[in-house]
Amino acid sequence: MSLDLQTVVDSLNTNLPDSVLDVKTFRGETTLIIDKKRVREVCYHLKDDFGFKFIADITAVDYLGVKTPRFEVVYHVHRFGPDFDDNVRIRLKTELPEEEPRIDSVVPVWSGANWLEREVYDMFGIEFLGHPDLRRILMPEDYEPHPLRKDFDVRDREASKRSFKRALEEGSE
Amino acid sequence: MERIEFLTEEIIDKETGIKTETMVLNMGPQHPSTHGVLRVVLRLEGETVVKAIPYIGYLHRGIEKLCEHITYQMCLPYTDRMDYVAAICNNIGFILTAEKLLGIEKEIPERAKVAEVILFELGRIESHLLGIGTSALDLGAFSAFLYLFKERERIYDILEMVCGARLTTSYPRVGGLPDDLPENFEEAIRNFLKAFPKTLTEVDKLLTRNRIWVDRTKDVAYISADDAIDLGLTGPVLRGSGVPYDVRKAMPYLGYENFDFEIPVISDGDAYARYLVRLEEMRQSMHIIEQAINNLPDGPYIADLPEIVLPRKELTYTRMESLIRHFVLVYEGFKPPPGEVYHAVENPKGELGYYIVSDGSGKPYRMRVRGPSFVNLQALPKMVEGRLIADVIAAIGSIDIVLGEVDR
Repeated sequence: MSLDLQTVVDSLNTNLPDSVLDVKTFRGETTLIIDKKRVREVCYHLKDDFGFKFIADITAVDYLGVKTPRFEVVYHVHRFGPDFDDNVRIRLKTELPEEEPRIDSVVPVWSGANWLEREVYDMFGIEFLGHPDLRRILMPEDYEPHPLRKDFDVRDREASKRSFKRALEEGSE
Repeated sequence: MERIEFLTEEIIDKETGIKTETMVLNMGPQHPSTHGVLRVVLRLEGETVVKAIPYIGYLHRGIEKLCEHITYQMCLPYTDRMDYVAAICNNIGFILTAEKLLGIEKEIPERAKVAEVILFELGRIESHLLGIGTSALDLGAFSAFLYLFKERERIYDILEMVCGARLTTSYPRVGGLPDDLPENFEEAIRNFLKAFPKTLTEVDKLLTRNRIWVDRTKDVAYISADDAIDLGLTGPVLRGSGVPYDVRKAMPYLGYENFDFEIPVISDGDAYARYLVRLEEMRQSMHIIEQAINNLPDGPYIADLPEIVLPRKELTYTRMESLIRHFVLVYEGFKPPPGEVYHAVENPKGELGYYIVSDGSGKPYRMRVRGPSFVNLQALPKMVEGRLIADVIAAIGSIDIVLGEVDR
């Protein structure tokens, strides 16, 4: 049984009206633009009703000065099919404004989202509501800026120095 | 700042009423068996792990940020430095993503594709050799490590012959191969195929029924199939739990659908199962290389796309037009149309995905790397909590992480 992506979109439109804002296709990949308030509902629907059991990736893109809303959170979800022979992958995108970079966490849906969301929080400062353990993951815990934002100054070493100094003080206590 | 992970807990024994405390043990970041700079804070009750918290980021170099400032071609050497054990696989993954973004997959000559398959599978063997070798070394089996490393040198010799570098290959180019394969390439591959089965048999004999190895890995670091899918694990860790997911079969690239090979799956879900999956995968890779070298087509090795591919060196030196083209391509790079693509390849450690957003300029607007080691490492607490502290080392070895890719 092969799954048609149109069926997925139709089902989302019927069961969760107005959750899918747009559907785009580029280079054979389908992207659904999802209402940011309903992302968890949509993910549950995809997982429970269509078998999208596998979260491949979560990331974000900063479109500072290119478009508003500024941030996009991007999910790649995967379905193996009943006998692991019908692989379907779709991309979900949500748009988040600069003033309120907050979105529901999808860790309750897939526990694999845990570290992926922590990385997005670390790199972009996007907060995931309901995440069990939202801490920085790659940068030091007390580091202030978010490096993958477009307004991050790569030449500014002050934040690293402050973080290093604090670590030294803490170590000498 | 309060550090929660170092707080101890009080335990009262129910029968005797004796008060004891859990002990906190900091393992790493510098520890020989963490395969790099991984730090794990373990809370112990006697020798049993109550809680394990991995800390990563010690090797973070900001590759994703760096790539936003340079042309696509310049991103290629950075991809080597992620999973440096199988650099060639990272390279090919990136090249394929850029080709997909440009929409030129159909233009790539067959010779380049088949050569890339051979190199990709060599990379897989190389990585599995190190994965098995070092995890055996961590558990005290030194000789297996030596036998495996000897074979790894042979692969490095082939890579050196093809691209001039042993570890950091930076090899194919967008559009195909930068130069034709060396004359003795076929011979070298055939010699390797002749010698390698012997090593595999040796390792098989050294480890597969070795009492110590089996005791240390069997039923250790168990993860069920449902948990493995839920956690997003890929690669031998997922297939060792009985899930037959392999990107080469699920979403074929480089013409993998034309090769005859099996996906080894074992449903035990323990460290021993992962070892067996890796061992069998090396045999399958050998099988793929054999088919590829027998059907290596002649003909062009790079696509004829002047706006993307650099002109040949002798033309750059002798013709004005080629020189100008070279200059423009080096300075500005090729310009993919605005859009975004995600492309996944089956790296030795799991699904390696690149997500590139282009704004139509010569530099990627955003490049995201989905490293398999990063996601697979998430499973460590689940594997070791409630088990003995010695099993932590077996678990880390069996996930087979490379910290260069975890931290990027």
